[in-house]
Amino acid sequence: MAGATLEQQNLKTGLFAFAGALAMLGLGYAAVPLYDLFCRVTGFGGTTQVATEAEAAEAERLAATAASKTISVRFDASIARDVPWAFKPEKPTQTVKIGQRDLAFYTARNDSNVPITGAATFNVEPEQTGIYFHKIQCFCFTEQTLQPGEEVRMPVLFYVDPAILQDENAKDVEQITLSYTFHKAYDPNEDSSEKPAS
Amino acid sequence: MATTAETLPIPEGQSADHGHDADHKPGFFARWFMSTNHKDIGTLYLIFAIFAGIIGGAISGIMRMELAAPGIQYLGWWVDFMGGEASFDANLHMWNVLITAHGLIMVFFMVMPAMIGGFGNWFVPLMIGAPDMAFPRMNNISFWLTVAGFMSLMFSMFVPGSAAGLGAGTGWTVYAPLSTTYANGPAVDFAIFSLHLAGAGSILGATNFITTIFNMRAPGMTLHKMPLFVWSVLVTAFLLLLALPVLAAAITMLLTDRNFDTTFFDGSRGGDPVLYQHLFWFFGHPEVYIMILPGFGMVSQIVATFSRKPVFGYLGMAYAMVAIGVVGFIVWAHHMYTVGLDVNTKMYFTAATMVIAVPTGVKIFSWIATMWGGSLEFKSPLVWSLGFIFLFTVGGVTGVVLANGGIDDNLHDTYYVVAHFHYVLSMGAVFSLFAGFYYWFPKMSGRMHSEFLSHLHFWTFFVGVNVIFFPQHFLGIQGMPRRYPDYTAAYEYWNQISSMGYMIMAGSMLIFFVNLIYAYTMGKKAADNPWGEGATTLEWTLSSPPPFHQFETLPVIDDNADYHDHRPASA
Repeated sequence: MAGATLEQQNLKTGLFAFAGALAMLGLGYAAVPLYDLFCRVTGFGGTTQVATEAEAAEAERLAATAASKTISVRFDASIARDVPWAFKPEKPTQTVKIGQRDLAFYTARNDSNVPITGAATFNVEPEQTGIYFHKIQCFCFTEQTLQPGEEVRMPVLFYVDPAILQDENAKDVEQITLSYTFHKAYDPNEDSSEKPAS
Repeated sequence: MATTAETLPIPEGQSADHGHDADHKPGFFARWFMSTNHKDIGTLYLIFAIFAGIIGGAISGIMRMELAAPGIQYLGWWVDFMGGEASFDANLHMWNVLITAHGLIMVFFMVMPAMIGGFGNWFVPLMIGAPDMAFPRMNNISFWLTVAGFMSLMFSMFVPGSAAGLGAGTGWTVYAPLSTTYANGPAVDFAIFSLHLAGAGSILGATNFITTIFNMRAPGMTLHKMPLFVWSVLVTAFLLLLALPVLAAAITMLLTDRNFDTTFFDGSRGGDPVLYQHLFWFFGHPEVYIMILPGFGMVSQIVATFSRKPVFGYLGMAYAMVAIGVVGFIVWAHHMYTVGLDVNTKMYFTAATMVIAVPTGVKIFSWIATMWGGSLEFKSPLVWSLGFIFLFTVGGVTGVVLANGGIDDNLHDTYYVVAHFHYVLSMGAVFSLFAGFYYWFPKMSGRMHSEFLSHLHFWTFFVGVNVIFFPQHFLGIQGMPRRYPDYTAAYEYWNQISSMGYMIMAGSMLIFFVNLIYAYTMGKKAADNPWGEGATTLEWTLSSPPPFHQFETLPVIDDNADYHDHRPASA
């Protein structure tokens, strides 16, 4: 083993190791879309699903053939601390047939004297039911703008997938809580960051 | 000069206009500020770690002082001292700044530099019979990046952190949104930058160790004949290489979330703060093994040396470390049982976490088996190692308790957790550091320390840290949450005792420094091998301290030598 070979070998090993570190850096960033995808696909953390009308019809047909069972859905409403809205469900709970489409309403009122655009984040509890909770229409799919003092009724059209009755970990669930939190929608022209007192 | 590397192993920093004598040392500035010598860089790392340890330890003194009694007694004084105006918010922010600084300093600027930068740099090349590290100049960059990182962290304490005052008050985990939405000043940016710098330094260092250990072992020293300390540094280097870039990614996202309007962790705009926790702990869990594995390696060397026996189950010991390293990457979410994981996920992480107790148990029992029937000599390094084995086991047992997702729902973020990780780190890692220090100090300095003072240091430190941290188990089970400067009077009794323990521990550190002064002023000259026939690794075949450049003729390890004896046949 000549001296030059050792140096070349060192360079090679060193570069391999460094490439490994760079790959892990890339993987760290790749985690962002992968995590998002993972949650959407598995319903992890109570991530709800989005369904089309056709899928909903199919689920309803399936449910009709199975023994009909009901489940209670509780509606929860929260707002971020910088959103001056009154936000609440019209009815705190509804009992729905599994597989059946159901419409629920929330109301929101802008209590401030400026128009505010909000966007809602959402999930369900218990978390293992996220994969079975399908929304066909939801106010959370888009941003909502409320004029000063304006009050709106906002619909959610959803159904609970009959497949929930086949899942060992989810079939005994008697109540699903659907939760929304309204945040201020992003406005690139607004400087939302508070400046520290100096 | 590239072609001379084999025959004349002069590190690159030695330019041709200097002498060619192997023991020629460059001038002061060139030697210590532009150093490319692994022993000098190791020394720099050790000095730096001691310095950072004093600062981090002093901060914990402020914390223990405040926690000695309920109510807020001293934080206002510190806010005033730092030029702020004491108020309820400012005092609490000051507390957050203190715990953040204590955690980051101890992890990144005390334990890691001492274990890997200090002892790793000093003894990996010596133990494998290499003239130096593979990339001596990169070694130098690693060290100064770490120093720069420390500066950045110190600087962060003097710039605004949030509306409540100066400094980064985010905890060492820097969780969003506390570190994004609720910390608008530049202090958190400086803290993040500090982690970037220290992380870059460690990644370069890890690359260096991997290359050195793979390519520069002495002829005849196969991987399965390497001393266990070298194995431990090799595994640690891989953990660093795979874990730190993930931290770098996470904190870079934090930085862009804070400054460039990205929304990786902003829930209101499609991000998810829990993702930060996943990324952080994907780094953070391997990080705790990074801090302890070199300690395992040192303790293995020391226990074998002072038992005058080969270490029991060499291969089991080596691969237990590999197993700990591998499994350490798939247990991260046991730090986040309370974020809302479903029961199956918790079950997996509970089971996977408990699996780690198996290779760890292999190590504990192998150390005990090494001592079994050995000719034990209770010199200071062995005594510190025994302290390590006992205390690390205590911390390991509470770790198994915390591994249970169900129990952790109750104990999460209580003082029970604080007690647990201080048993494995501030006792586990630190006891192994002192064991290694007393083991190798004669080799590094050429002087003998006082065995009496070392033992006195051990016993006072042992009593002190146990008095600090054992009562914290009780506080945690009673429900005292961590990260608060105030508590209800019900917790006063054990907090007071814990703070008294701090005084004992601080006193014992004085003994350590007296011992150092003693060694350098009155200490006997150390023999090449002061520890006798049990010390079978290559560093003991050299003079104490070793020559500036060693192994100009590479030692050849005999094929027949068993894996305990790491020396050439003639030695």
